[in-house]
Amino acid sequence: MKFTLSWLKDHLETDASLADIEYALTDLGLEVEETVNPAAKLAPFTIAKVLHAEQHPDADRLRVCKVLTDEGEKQIVCGAPNARAGITVVLCKPGDYVPGIDTTLGIGKIRGVESHGMMASERELELSDEHNGIIELPSGEVGQKFIDWLAINRPGTVDPMIHIKITPNRPDALGIHGIARDLAARGLGRLKAVEVPAITGSFPSPIRVEIDPALREKGCPHFAGRLIRGVKNGPSPAWMQQRLKAIGLRPISTLVDITNYFTFGLNRPLHVFDADKVSGGVLRIHPAQGGEEFLALDGKTYTLRAGMMAISDEAGVESLAGIMGGEVSGCSDDTVNVFLESAYWDPITTATTGRALKINSDARYRFERGVDPAFTLPGLELATQMILDLCGGEASELAVDGAAIDTTRSYKLDPARVISLVGMDIPEAEQRATLTALGFTLNGDMATPPSWRPDVLGEADLVEEVARVASLTKLVGKPLRRAAAGVPKPILTPLQQREKTARRTIAMLGYNECVTYSFIAEEAAKLFGGGQDAVRVENPISSEMTHLRPDLLAGLLKAAERNQSRGFMDLALAEIGPAFTGGEPGDQHLQATGLLIGSNAPRDPHGSRRPVDIYDAKADAEAVLAALGAPARMQITRKVADWWHPGRSGVIGLGPNVMATFGEIHPKVLRAFDIKGPAVAFTVRVANVPYPKVKTPTRPALTISDLQAVERDFAFVVDAGVEALTAVNAAQGADKTLIESVRVFDQFTGEKAEAQMGAGKKSIALTVRLQPNDKTLTEADIEAVSAKIVEKVSKATGGALRG
Amino acid sequence: MDLTELRGKYIEAVAKAADESSLEEVRLAALGKKGEISLLMATLGKMSPEERKSQGAALNVLKTEIDAALRAKKQGLADAALNERLKSEWLDVTLTSRPRPMGTIHPVSQVMDELTAIFADMGFSVAEGPQVESDWYNFDALNIPPEHPARQEHDTFFMHRAEGDDRPPHVLRTHTSPVQIRAMTEKGAPIRVIAPGRVYRMDMDQTHTPMFHQVEGLCIDRDISMANLKWVLEEFCRAFFEVDKVELRFRASHFPFTEPSAEVDIRYSNVGGQLRIGEGDKWMEILGSGMVHPKVLQAAGVDPNEWQGFAFGVGIDRITMLKYGIPDLRSFFEGDLRWLRHYGFSALNMPDLPGGLSR
Repeated sequence: MKFTLSWLKDHLETDASLADIEYALTDLGLEVEETVNPAAKLAPFTIAKVLHAEQHPDADRLRVCKVLTDEGEKQIVCGAPNARAGITVVLCKPGDYVPGIDTTLGIGKIRGVESHGMMASERELELSDEHNGIIELPSGEVGQKFIDWLAINRPGTVDPMIHIKITPNRPDALGIHGIARDLAARGLGRLKAVEVPAITGSFPSPIRVEIDPALREKGCPHFAGRLIRGVKNGPSPAWMQQRLKAIGLRPISTLVDITNYFTFGLNRPLHVFDADKVSGGVLRIHPAQGGEEFLALDGKTYTLRAGMMAISDEAGVESLAGIMGGEVSGCSDDTVNVFLESAYWDPITTATTGRALKINSDARYRFERGVDPAFTLPGLELATQMILDLCGGEASELAVDGAAIDTTRSYKLDPARVISLVGMDIPEAEQRATLTALGFTLNGDMATPPSWRPDVLGEADLVEEVARVASLTKLVGKPLRRAAAGVPKPILTPLQQREKTARRTIAMLGYNECVTYSFIAEEAAKLFGGGQDAVRVENPISSEMTHLRPDLLAGLLKAAERNQSRGFMDLALAEIGPAFTGGEPGDQHLQATGLLIGSNAPRDPHGSRRPVDIYDAKADAEAVLAALGAPARMQITRKVADWWHPGRSGVIGLGPNVMATFGEIHPKVLRAFDIKGPAVAFTVRVANVPYPKVKTPTRPALTISDLQAVERDFAFVVDAGVEALTAVNAAQGADKTLIESVRVFDQFTGEKAEAQMGAGKKSIALTVRLQPNDKTLTEADIEAVSAKIVEKVSKATGGALRG
Repeated sequence: MDLTELRGKYIEAVAKAADESSLEEVRLAALGKKGEISLLMATLGKMSPEERKSQGAALNVLKTEIDAALRAKKQGLADAALNERLKSEWLDVTLTSRPRPMGTIHPVSQVMDELTAIFADMGFSVAEGPQVESDWYNFDALNIPPEHPARQEHDTFFMHRAEGDDRPPHVLRTHTSPVQIRAMTEKGAPIRVIAPGRVYRMDMDQTHTPMFHQVEGLCIDRDISMANLKWVLEEFCRAFFEVDKVELRFRASHFPFTEPSAEVDIRYSNVGGQLRIGEGDKWMEILGSGMVHPKVLQAAGVDPNEWQGFAFGVGIDRITMLKYGIPDLRSFFEGDLRWLRHYGFSALNMPDLPGGLSR
């Protein structure tokens, strides 16, 4: 919402400075976004008088002038044809910035003659495009500030424009009168009443109006108009044009400008039809049947859908109710007879139509927020008067259908509650005075909101009005007492705690945590088992962000690709965040995902560098699971999803419960993301790790044996497809009390191994640690256990001890 | 027996021994089983008691002295040999160290931990809610009915609706405020929660991304006022920005779910491009807040005649940028390694109040 200071002062009698008004507006909730004060750039310039002008000795077109200024006589060289003795001019001194030529003046020497400033043209001061000569003022004293002269003689040129942000609850502030009312309530002046003239029509309106019964209840309860005949349209007066231009509107013609003037001045959008172009003598307000074509004033043709509100004559749709008038029946400079419309259009119906047709107009903006339903007729009378004043003509009687809706309602003002909610001591008398100033009617402790405040719908709204006028800036903070005495209890849920643990653990492992978008491209989503319609965003902002991500890897791979294209080939990226399984609230789960690409380390003299492989990813997955409290022994299966390498990835879980997946990413996926080098990853399903059954900080007792532990190594020849864990588990089972741990310490595979052990064979080497508890082991004890281990492992793997 | 000569001979021999083997020879010659001094000791038995007494003492002194000399010499030779070896054991200490991986925590995660630390101290717990949200939780329950103009201003992302499913489409939550409803419905009043998380708006330009982060705050009790809200926000800003003094300005505004509503500005200065909170003469909007609207309390099953309180919503990314001097919002979500390393935090840098939030 934009307005100018002088326009505001039409509605507000005030001595307040611009700065005070700006402060009050923002503080009242009408936030000032911008103030354009044309006086600011003209502030340095003063009025001077040319005493004497003579030809420049070395230039035909230049004159050397003696100019009387507030600092005495100065010599100025001037090229304007009208520079001559006796004229009153606008002086720009050395050091001044001249906006129209974007220059800060200095003392110049023009063809050998010193010049102490310049005398400005209108264009040089950005007052107009006039540049045929320097400004000649008809009045003004030497030394007088030019902006002071302008304020008296051409006030429109120094009228500050204020742009405020209007929150959706304040349609009343979409008119300058409403803004003035707020300022008056704050004590910044007196609200000037709008005097509504009583206009008596001298003939019946030749155009009738008729609201379709389907719309009387809701869409258009009240429609009024009248014909004014014999008007003379044309450019509107300069003062009106200046104001409209200042707020960014293009003056069109007096009739159209008047409607805009009312839209902004009084929040009363109007429409003017050229009555001679309305056929059939009736304007019908009706729901569209659907399919009607309508050429609007913006030059575009719209096809109406069934139910949209339209105003039609015999020829068809002439106006889209409350949104935009039609080109055909619009007013032009030739309009002689005008039909002026003032109606109340229902906010929801207007909004629905406007959104469907994507038409934004000042009228729609206001009607969908709610204009004053009680102001339909007064607005019509006021506008009629202005048309008569500016265009002449003769007004008809009113043509009205329906009546203003009754918005009367009242709410209890509880002054104690106001104080309790706001936490500020606002005396009851002040509370009542504020509401009265805002147009509320108080009857005992009941407050009736004015017809222009559709947003006030309860007691809480009264509190807000009182508080904002009293000024929340004055609010003094009051300590919040502690919720409970004593040391605060932990506040994170177990899952929140886990998320934190997973994140910090992953960073400890060397990953750089990323935050990537929750939505990804459809093709990317499909690679990770997603991309269904259920997770599709209906109105995506780009084709790269159409589907909720089924997995965090897509975003990380994308980030990896961007980093690789910048030359960073070795990457450890991670994300901890939501992945989505469906489109219903709650169809999301927390993933902790790490992605390793390229090599584990930079090249160094120690030979640290090697390509990352699945055992890196597995180690990290296990570290995260351990940090989350997963049990020491879990199952590893190969039931991986499609985006993993089928032979080089695994699932860590317990029964059907998948806790983590690790491994190489499928080459096809890597190709789709254009990733170079090996890529391995892990994904931990944070919530799937079982929570401990007993929650106690106490640890089980530690049992340490003083007896010497013994380690024995075994190598087995097995089929190449046998998994190490089978051997480890078998060995572990050989003697559950004596065997403390079993670890694979070597494997021998490949061609050389097959050459030694036979085709399709490999060898696995285990080290078994035996920890006796009651007596030192004898060689015979060890032999007995060893034999059992060999037997168990051979049986489980189908292999044999390597000779 | 004159032992002076004997002493002189062996002390000199010890001194002259150039390595361990020649030293051993000296030892054997003097103190070995057949050594000169050992043999002399053996003759003591044949002496008279008086002779034995004086000779024995003298021999023992000599033996001890030579033994000590041998040991000292041996140590000296070992030291010399070690020194010799160490001279050859030179490594280039300026050579690159073996790599240790160094990960980083994203600034948004770090700031969420900071928020948790601050609000936990004021008795707030952390609530969560789904990111795909029904339009009832995202709008209706927050006093934004279907045709409310505020809905248009939210630039909402809608989820696809299958043919025949006539429910209003779900939305990607446009704010963290629906968590207010979920938390109150679940726990009732009194309640103090914050709800940090991802939110979504259809907006992408220099200063907007279609996904960003907010933290919601909610405090409901019997006598909570807007003055309490101001104090909580002042304390939060003071702790979060780690300055002794902050100045907040409450400006009346409008949110459908609070009444009265206020936008909150913070005083700052801009000195050579560096923002300083708590000083200067500029004001920056940092959050929206207000007293929870009675209709919102009702929607969550809390009786507005009995309970009242405040809510606020802060843009996490925005305050992160402010605190840590990060210029561009879009860079938060690009995963640029250089950015992650520069603005990220060490895993062990866990924000807490005793140790300070940022270290």
